[in-house]
Amino acid sequence: MSKAFLRKLPVYALLIFFAVLFLFPFFWTVTSAFKAEAELHAYPPVWIPSSFRLDNFIESWLSQPFTQYFFNSSLVVIGTTIGQLISCSLVAYGFARFSFKGRDVLFIILLATMMVPWDVTMIPMYMEFNAFGWINTLKPLIIPAWFGSPFYIFLLRQFLLNIPKELEEAALLDGANHFQIYSKIYMPLVKPTLVLIAVFNSLSVWNDYLGPLIFLNDQSKYTLTLGLAQFKGVGDVNMSAIMAITSIICIPPLIGFFFAQKQIIEGISSTGIK
Amino acid sequence: MAKASAKFRIRKEMVPYLFIMPWIIGFLIFTLGPLLFSLAISFFDWPIVGEPSFVGLGNYIRMFTKDEMFTHSLMVTVKFAIIFVPLYMIIALGLALLLNQKIKGQSFFKTVFYLPSVISGVALSMIWIWIFDFKYGVINYLLSLIGVAGPNWLGDPKWSLVAMVIASLWGQGTMVLIFLGALREIPKEYYEASMIDGAGPVHRFFRITLPLITPALLFNLIMTIISAFQQLTLALLMTKGGPSNSTYFYAMYVYNNAFKHFEMGYASANAWIMFLIILALSLLVLKSSSMWVYYESEVKK
Repeated sequence: MSKAFLRKLPVYALLIFFAVLFLFPFFWTVTSAFKAEAELHAYPPVWIPSSFRLDNFIESWLSQPFTQYFFNSSLVVIGTTIGQLISCSLVAYGFARFSFKGRDVLFIILLATMMVPWDVTMIPMYMEFNAFGWINTLKPLIIPAWFGSPFYIFLLRQFLLNIPKELEEAALLDGANHFQIYSKIYMPLVKPTLVLIAVFNSLSVWNDYLGPLIFLNDQSKYTLTLGLAQFKGVGDVNMSAIMAITSIICIPPLIGFFFAQKQIIEGISSTGIK
Repeated sequence: MAKASAKFRIRKEMVPYLFIMPWIIGFLIFTLGPLLFSLAISFFDWPIVGEPSFVGLGNYIRMFTKDEMFTHSLMVTVKFAIIFVPLYMIIALGLALLLNQKIKGQSFFKTVFYLPSVISGVALSMIWIWIFDFKYGVINYLLSLIGVAGPNWLGDPKWSLVAMVIASLWGQGTMVLIFLGALREIPKEYYEASMIDGAGPVHRFFRITLPLITPALLFNLIMTIISAFQQLTLALLMTKGGPSNSTYFYAMYVYNNAFKHFEMGYASANAWIMFLIILALSLLVLKSSSMWVYYESEVKK
């Protein structure tokens, strides 16, 4: 027992070393956010602030319309997630459970669109949304999500393919139509994948910076990431204020991650390849 | 009767298309349309206000012959990729190998390595701006403990790209999980058989582990190269492309041409060159893969 442990010791040592390395930036961010000016710039650095100034968070949050940004971000997250769940599940069901003319070609096209870099489409999209009158509204950030996203469709299709066909045939005999089979039989069966898609989408939308940067101009429309990127602190450039907002902005993704941790980790390691 | 059933048949055949309709519409409006439009305007001088004028291959010629920033930003991107890609692959694979041992607290470590990947690029940039701070940055303090005078990371052209590589390495735990998934797929019998044959751990790694995870390696390699070419958020926030354009990535060059200089046609031409480079690199990696990628199914046949 102890011999086996000793043999594993270097493995543990390395893992702990890297774990500290990966966690340290978080520790440094949060403690910096709580520090008073003097301790922030102390040499040698103060590791644990002598007093935890919660006021830093409140003052920095109120110094800009962060509450407004928070509502905008939440609106985009909710709007896109509902859109993705409805559209991706319909499309994935169509690809997985029917054979129809052109299906395979269309599916290859769908996969190929994942290769198109964002940089190529951002310019025409900007001009298109400009023509629609959508610039400086949240529409360009929400509406495209209602037309499905190739990666989520692909993911969901993989799971739908694994469900035995007998289920569907039995339901058809009972007189159910395809929409009922989709909504009443298949969707409940792939609920874990739907949760995974909701979490993935919420994370990427909450964290998105480039979309809001290009499509939004007015402060009142800003999302949190855009607000943080423009934030220089209260008054002068103030690192503890910036670290406070940074900490706050990281909380929802971290909660979301812990909530769906098992699905995310399993999802990535099982669908990333193969 | 016959007529009615024919009508019914047509309606029935429509059903699958109704299901995939959202994607088809989205594909036309948000992918294919923009792609074609982008290709078209790349042959125009297209200011955001004012009349566009056709310039043929003018934008492409200008890029390759007259625009220093084109070559410069391409070089910065390549330099970043050359440092970042191998380093990242080695670290991700190394961590995955460590996690694949029979150890306690495995899910804790997995979570820790993945954690930075769930936060925003903006938050990540802010965190590293503070860590790399010349005067109060914690990295330079730690370096001073071992007697090294830390550089002005983000303000020194010699170090800015390195700083960006470090920040990027922190935020990418996804590959660790993909590698781990691939390692888990390797049948235990292979190792047991080789242990009976007396093979050492190094031998086992190069003869069993590495060949069997090459599909994951390939996938990760392509994804990493592509992401290096699309590096934008960190550069915009941490350095704004500076100092002395040392972190002026290609994606930033495209972005600036479009949204700073409002040359939509020229920027579209830039973007298409990026698309072609990414396609070419991916094809190159895929083509060369037959030489080094090992698929288990090949043997099973």
